[in-house]
Amino acid sequence: MKDMAMTEAGLSPLLRVEGLAKRYGARIGCTEVSFDLWPGEVMGIVGESGSGKTTLLNCLAGQLAPDAGRVLFDTRGRGMVDTLTMSESERRMLGRTDWAFVHQHAQDGLRMNVSAGGNVGERLMAVGAQHYGDIRDKAIDWLDRVEIAEDRVDDRPSAFSGGMRQRLQIARNLVTGPRLVFMDEPTGGLDVSVQARLLDLLRGLVREMGLSAIIVTHDLAVVRLLADRLMVMKSGHVVETGLTDQVLDDPQHAYTQLLVSSVLQV
Amino acid sequence: MNAYNFAYLDEQTKRMIRRALLKGMAIPGYQVPFASREMPMPYGWGTGGVQVSAAVMTPEDCFKVIDQGADDTTNAVSIRRFFQATAGVAVTEKTAEATVIQTRHRIPERDLVEGQILVYQVPIPEPLRFLEPSEVETRKMHALEEYGLMHVKLYEDIARHGDISTSYAYPVKVEGRYVMDPSPIPKFDNPKLSMAAIQLFGAGREQRIYALPPYTEVVSLDFEDYPFQAGRADHDCDLCGADNSYLDEVITDDAGGRMFVCSDTDFCSERREAGHVGALGVEAVA
Amino acid sequence: MISVENVSKTFTLHNQGGTVIPVMEGGSLSVAPGECVALVGASGSGKSTLMRMIYGNYLAASGRIMVGDVDVAQAEPREILALRRERLGYVSQFLRVVPRVATLDVVAEPLLALGVARDAARERASALLARLNIPERLWALSPTTFSGGEQQRVNIARGFAHDYPALLLDEPTASLDAANREQVMALIEEAKARGAAIVGIFHDVEARDRVCDRVVDVTGFTPVRVV
Repeated sequence: MKDMAMTEAGLSPLLRVEGLAKRYGARIGCTEVSFDLWPGEVMGIVGESGSGKTTLLNCLAGQLAPDAGRVLFDTRGRGMVDTLTMSESERRMLGRTDWAFVHQHAQDGLRMNVSAGGNVGERLMAVGAQHYGDIRDKAIDWLDRVEIAEDRVDDRPSAFSGGMRQRLQIARNLVTGPRLVFMDEPTGGLDVSVQARLLDLLRGLVREMGLSAIIVTHDLAVVRLLADRLMVMKSGHVVETGLTDQVLDDPQHAYTQLLVSSVLQV
Repeated sequence: MNAYNFAYLDEQTKRMIRRALLKGMAIPGYQVPFASREMPMPYGWGTGGVQVSAAVMTPEDCFKVIDQGADDTTNAVSIRRFFQATAGVAVTEKTAEATVIQTRHRIPERDLVEGQILVYQVPIPEPLRFLEPSEVETRKMHALEEYGLMHVKLYEDIARHGDISTSYAYPVKVEGRYVMDPSPIPKFDNPKLSMAAIQLFGAGREQRIYALPPYTEVVSLDFEDYPFQAGRADHDCDLCGADNSYLDEVITDDAGGRMFVCSDTDFCSERREAGHVGALGVEAVA
Repeated sequence: MISVENVSKTFTLHNQGGTVIPVMEGGSLSVAPGECVALVGASGSGKSTLMRMIYGNYLAASGRIMVGDVDVAQAEPREILALRRERLGYVSQFLRVVPRVATLDVVAEPLLALGVARDAARERASALLARLNIPERLWALSPTTFSGGEQQRVNIARGFAHDYPALLLDEPTASLDAANREQVMALIEEAKARGAAIVGIFHDVEARDRVCDRVVDVTGFTPVRVV
């Protein structure tokens, strides 16, 4: 809570993206992407399949090397640093501490042959925790926060439902108190009722921890509930940005208007 | 005899292996890739150790082979005979006399001294393999010193069994840098890994060589609240009475009869020759 | 507190041949602290549009929309977010919430977003829900299952949870029974008394006459349409 108040008062963005571009041969993955993400902000990236949103997310998260541009992150030690020119060890360290990545498919972000407790504890051990009792207590605390019962701590994720796996993945990612979370279709592939529960959980965690997040999704209902700001992508280009409700209720670009008007009303 | 080059391998191959060994000695615990050769024995029978032994052997060496501590098992006998035939070196069962000792799954009980070389046969050299199947990823983890995963393995042990149940191939950290698999030696032997002799590790199928120079710092991984413990059966050797050696349990009949004996046969017989007698032992014939 | 100057708005329907629909020209409005101003005009004359522009929900094509010292028409998203969190409340006609979240937490959320402790936020939410006659047994349930009137009262409780210096009210008394209507009007009067600047849309003429100090007819901002 204290951290949150401090970062909100901060005058510099947490993430600054400048002229990011990625090509696959002659085809554009994404191009000319620039934006600032401020502490505590949640930004949604929407667009249809192949619009470049996942390419962009992977470039931002250091999982894919862009062809041009800069991704500056406000590091704890050195202020704004271009993560693309960081050493690999520094970038991977960031990935275990201040950054987190929630995959669409939980099995991509979990170790399926390791217990729930071990999955959550891995990031703690990766940053040097060497007291079994402490690690286990913290893992159980986090399982509780994502609504997984304590008696499941020694079960493997293969014995979990899809929604539980996704919540476990979130616990595993947030246990080291990251400041920026990348999410790729975090509710994709889940039942609608499970989605709602997950959205509620994510919203609460984002608020309580003062997290900043970048969420890629094609689901406009998800961004309306989770994201403060929206970026609309088409064919690798950002065609519109703005406040989430403004973009959805008063879309300016032809593509956004099409996207919004194509949503089925329930 | 003259049909073979000394110690079977050609000199070019030995040079290649020696280069890998030198690199391994220079970076203790680091796995050096090498072009493992086909040997006249199947993988899993010590092809990695045999190649390392062949590369370090000189005509003046005295060679000893142990398998689980014993000099007289099929594996040990056939490797010993192999070098008798291809190198014509002297062989021995006495740890103290040997200059090169090839081993599978044990470190001799007797402290090794400077000038001796201990060669390990290694089945799986990668300690991270258990949880991370990708070789590309594990190499990166070694390079960047990302060893959290190793503790995940120990965590799983405690969560599952209440204690660190890994009892062999227990992972160690070498000189505060590389995490290394000490080959499937019992964890009882782990404290002996810091020793006066040179230790060389050869994995034939996996084509990796690594090494520990004399007096290298080798620390077994653990948790603060679950410290490493080098366990052994709570028993004395029934033949020689030793209370500080690693023991094998031997079933003696169909009625549940059993005895505990030193796994290091040379150590046990030396003690018996010196007059020590265990609970089920008989006085050595003087 | 709220000052709208010469605001215009057009909708461009790119997927219908690029049709441009002008909906507002020369929109101007000023609301002082402690004052409540009602927007009036026929249906479709732009009352909701103007209100949504003040909230930053619709983009203004030109003009200035000052709420405190922030020009909503020019501000960055994060400035508008901070404005909405701290200074500008909005009671819309429809409740939009994450399914499954308890009513009590829905109402407490604006306070939690401001960093108010959970207990204090829930206490304030409880008081408002009780005042608006939402039975306590419903507080732990999601409002998505409630009747229209109940949902609207939850929405009002949420809008009044924090003492915003500026408030936008879209039909706050519609579909309420007499007792609840009375409570909502009392809430509005209390907000005025503590100095809130309020812009409202009221079809309920009696309510409008009681709480509003002035009336602004948005028909005057409606562009002449070429048919």
